[in-house]
Amino acid sequence: MTEDSRGGLEPYSVPTAPFRPGDEADFGGAWKEKPGDLSRPDPVTCEAQETHKHAHGLIRVLDDDHSASGEWNPQLNAETLIEGLEMMMRLRIFDDRMMKMQRTGKLSFYMRSFGEEAIAIAQTMALEKTDWIFPSYRQPGAQFVRGRDMVSMICHCIGNTEDNVRGRQMPVHYTWKEGYFISISSPVGTQFSQAVGVAMASAYKGDDQATITWLGDGTSAQGDYHYGLNFASVFKPPVILNVVNNQWAISTHRNVATGGDNFAARGLAYDIPSLRVDGNDFLALYSVTKWARERASAGKGATHIEVYTYRAGAHSSSDDPSRYRPGDEFNCWPGGDPVDRLKQHLIKIGAWSEEKDAELVEKIDSEVMAAYKEACTYGDLASGPYPPSSTIFTEVYENVPWHVQEQREELGV
Amino acid sequence: MAEMNMIQSLNSALDTLLEKDDNVVIFGEDVGYFGGVFRVTDGLQEKHGDHRVFDAPLAEGGIAAIAFGMGLNGLRPVAEIQFADYIFPAYDQIVNEIAKLRHRSGGEFSTPVTIRTPAGGGIKGGHHHSQSPEAQFTHTPGLKVVYCSNPRNAKGLLTSAIECNDPVIFFEPKRCYRGPFYGDPHNVPTWKGHRDCEVEEGYYSIPLEEAEIVQEGDSCTVIAWGAMVHVAEQGIKDSGIDCELIDLQTLVPWDRDTVVKSVNKTGRCVIVHEAPKTSGFGAEMCASIQERCFWHLETPIERVTGWDTPFPHTTEWDYLPSPERISAAIKKTQEA
Repeated sequence: MTEDSRGGLEPYSVPTAPFRPGDEADFGGAWKEKPGDLSRPDPVTCEAQETHKHAHGLIRVLDDDHSASGEWNPQLNAETLIEGLEMMMRLRIFDDRMMKMQRTGKLSFYMRSFGEEAIAIAQTMALEKTDWIFPSYRQPGAQFVRGRDMVSMICHCIGNTEDNVRGRQMPVHYTWKEGYFISISSPVGTQFSQAVGVAMASAYKGDDQATITWLGDGTSAQGDYHYGLNFASVFKPPVILNVVNNQWAISTHRNVATGGDNFAARGLAYDIPSLRVDGNDFLALYSVTKWARERASAGKGATHIEVYTYRAGAHSSSDDPSRYRPGDEFNCWPGGDPVDRLKQHLIKIGAWSEEKDAELVEKIDSEVMAAYKEACTYGDLASGPYPPSSTIFTEVYENVPWHVQEQREELGV
Repeated sequence: MAEMNMIQSLNSALDTLLEKDDNVVIFGEDVGYFGGVFRVTDGLQEKHGDHRVFDAPLAEGGIAAIAFGMGLNGLRPVAEIQFADYIFPAYDQIVNEIAKLRHRSGGEFSTPVTIRTPAGGGIKGGHHHSQSPEAQFTHTPGLKVVYCSNPRNAKGLLTSAIECNDPVIFFEPKRCYRGPFYGDPHNVPTWKGHRDCEVEEGYYSIPLEEAEIVQEGDSCTVIAWGAMVHVAEQGIKDSGIDCELIDLQTLVPWDRDTVVKSVNKTGRCVIVHEAPKTSGFGAEMCASIQERCFWHLETPIERVTGWDTPFPHTTEWDYLPSPERISAAIKKTQEA
């Protein structure tokens, strides 16, 4: 070692998570930000700098006492809210069932949306039915909104003969053209910049069609995030760019993704109106997305949204979060549980009850089980049948070229 | 027919397709108002409008991603990567996204992207304006890889690439934009008078997957692509040996039938490319040719390639395959 001429300073800063296993998690109690704190600017005339407070604050509609208030309250009727609640419950029950299947060797892999159910569901409900969905693996819930059959989803997760992507992708990497739901890709963040291109094409063709995309706090370190923001800033296509800040990228805390503690405000530097929203608040999520959609329709370009939430479960079935974070973090999260919060709100306004809730759980549970059983009739993981091996060689190109055809013949399929 | 150099013929292909298909859009660094650093998109923005031909931010990864999205949503994007050496920030989008979309989505989605990129040496471009990275794309299932060599095939092949529903990486030998290159830096001919400078002014295409026999011969098959086609032609002339010269044109899928037929006839083969030797596309061809032509081969297949080193600046003439090295390799194949 040479003599230290930096006065004993640390070589560089290496952040660590605020809490590790054995620590007591403490997020400072209830949020100081309240519904009604922030105005709802006119989406059509709003410029990026007018959203400074929205990027640094937190847009909420549902208060800690489960009432809804403020300018961002989307004033949805009870029927729509119950629809949203049912889809969130469906996603959670579906996820739990699939995770059990993974644990008993019936799926090779799984990823839950636990704690983040409101995001894809509320946001997709706020869109038009032909708007493009460019999700990460944590937004499968959008498919429930668009009406995808659970049997088809489970067939994909098993990779059986009815898997619409023919057993080529890992579970949860859904594709569903009918629902404008793009094929999910494992390399994180690639969908973010692609979504901008999709939106540019919609605008070029004159379609009133927006594109929504999501990536995580960890993935916001990728170039694709910055490419997406910059192209969106320059070309102003109808796109909604979300960073889901769920605090964790597998074991990497969000303080390794940014030296600061805010993702929304990055959009301001790209001159894109930017909002930070409580990601466990169904009403707030719906509302900010509707706002962004109005901007898109009016030709005002992109909106950047930080969805502030907490990854309540493991990253995937291959992950064990007890190795790197305290077990009680989710219970301490000031945003609570998104499903429970919407339920309590509905009960508060007299539109829902514990009895109805219990009945619905039972109904969904049996539907999921029935769907799983039906899916298995098309093949289960242990014994198949699987898609034929010839599917290795098809759809690589529009037509099978000679060299691929020869290899197919070599395998004898 | 009109006499064109390769820049004019590529421009003519783009112009023709912009005219023919409203879904064709062109973008890349400096391609809009300025018309491209090599002038390939000159005048196209003015003629077809700035929504169809426009400058992109300097982000190859973003350019490829935008192309992916546009292609998926019904357009036929033609993206320019200003130099093939700068394609690597886009490598993930090309290899993991553009190339795999059709397969990974069970055929529900596809994206007919064309990426044009000037490649190869001979312009004193040093490490980062000279490389010829075709093998880094021929190793990716889902992509078609094309390498034009003259004004006539540049237009015909680019037309097919853009109309192809599969993604295509289209390499343009920048050394040959304004004239053929015979391996002598002091001899700088233009395309004027060359047999391949007469180009159809209207729409025409050359099928992908077909090689072209540039000259017929009986004693040795010489295979090349891009600028090396012309260097090989000179090497053949210098050798005085009756060679068959094949311009491969499309590398994936390559025209094996034409190559095999020729090698079975001549019993001898030399493969020329300017990219490094190790894992170059010549290695793939050698392997395939020996599988098919082993009992017809009289002598080992020779490869004349760039060296397994970074591309040099002032010493590039000693890096690129020269007519002398090609001629020597041809002669070597004649030693029984």
